[in-house]
Amino acid sequence: MDKNEVKNFIAKRVAKELHDGDVVNLGIGLPTLIPNFLPEGVDVTLQSENGFIGLVSTEMEDKELARYVCNAGGAPASIAKDGMFFDSATSFGIIRGGHVDVTVLGSMEVAENGDIANWIVPGKSVPGMGGAMDLVVGAKKVIVAMTHTQKGAPKILKHCTLPLTAEKQVNLIVTEMGVMEVRPEGLVLTEYNPEYTIEEVQAATEATLIIPDDIKQMEL
Amino acid sequence: MGKTQIVSAQEAAKVIKDGMTVMVGGFMNNGSPRDLIKAICDAGAKDLTIVCNDCGFVGVGAGALLANGQVKKLIASHVGLNKQVAEKYNAGELELVLQPQGTLAEQIRAAGAGLGGVITPTGMGTIVAEGKDTIVIDGKEYLVEKPIHADVAVIGAYMADETGNAIYKGSTRNFNVLMASAADTVIVAAEHIVPAGEIGPDHVETPHIFVDYLVQETNIGEFE
Repeated sequence: MDKNEVKNFIAKRVAKELHDGDVVNLGIGLPTLIPNFLPEGVDVTLQSENGFIGLVSTEMEDKELARYVCNAGGAPASIAKDGMFFDSATSFGIIRGGHVDVTVLGSMEVAENGDIANWIVPGKSVPGMGGAMDLVVGAKKVIVAMTHTQKGAPKILKHCTLPLTAEKQVNLIVTEMGVMEVRPEGLVLTEYNPEYTIEEVQAATEATLIIPDDIKQMEL
Repeated sequence: MGKTQIVSAQEAAKVIKDGMTVMVGGFMNNGSPRDLIKAICDAGAKDLTIVCNDCGFVGVGAGALLANGQVKKLIASHVGLNKQVAEKYNAGELELVLQPQGTLAEQIRAAGAGLGGVITPTGMGTIVAEGKDTIVIDGKEYLVEKPIHADVAVIGAYMADETGNAIYKGSTRNFNVLMASAADTVIVAAEHIVPAGEIGPDHVETPHIFVDYLVQETNIGEFE
């Protein structure tokens, strides 16, 4: 798979995690591909942390209005018929208050206990956390959607090395190699991509993967 | 407080003095008043502390003030789209405080609402919590964040009536609505200024009692 195929593969698998009626916040990048792959009959409400529910990722048809509506990445967007605009305090009240069912975001590192680090590389890159810290603390389910490794180096670790975004908040990790659930007993590989062996998935992962008896092959 | 005065952007910009804390509304420039910010650049007040979500882009939105060398300290949540922030920070020319976006919003709201702070689970267990108080409520530990108040708030509105009652459009509400409550002097830059009563009490989002100066603006929406 090339880079784009990998992204679409991950997005397609994450889409299966969403349920009809869910309120969902999608991070910038890969997660924005997920709506393209929603199963038939699954309709979700997208929350955009810059201030609305009902995010639609196409530019407003009304050109007069288009310049007033962007998504959280500053790209043109529009709003669904049942949507609503609000200020940033209301937006993060929705997020922190547990009114978002699922947030999907990328990460630089995730630990086997659900710790996540995705906002700063000290001395190199200081983009800031934006809404990520509130999202991972507030959303009912936190899904990390990312490539399994970075230039061959594992991103799924025993312990994060970068400053944390939050402790123990990740529920599920979906990569091109597999699907991993953070459970009390540890990180469980529930599905693996049959293009790889389970041993190859473990070799690309620093964290110890628990392999259950009922492990499945990833299906899209 | 007195009544809202309708003035030119140049006149309004004069209220910003060296060393002041200034809030700038907008999210990736969406909702940032361009004409008013340009007037503040031209007026040239130095050593400002700027409070904004993201500092816009290089030279645009709040980024225009940074590019113009007027900013000593920046309080924001995301600065990744303005590479000048990292450049100036790494060169030791800029103090930078990064706060979680929802916390920043509530800190501003708390100042405007007279609250002593924000009690939030966000940031617990991270470097954001370092050196800050925590409090346990019903067995759960929260971080205590102080209110953020400003000398001046710079607000981009879609429409205001001549008394200062303002409304917003689309996703431009963001930090504008909150900042309009949280500064000693509030300047609303509105694309449309209409007679009193035209917006109507059911629709006003920022009440005129918050607003000191109203200026005509041509561009609060553009975000790219």
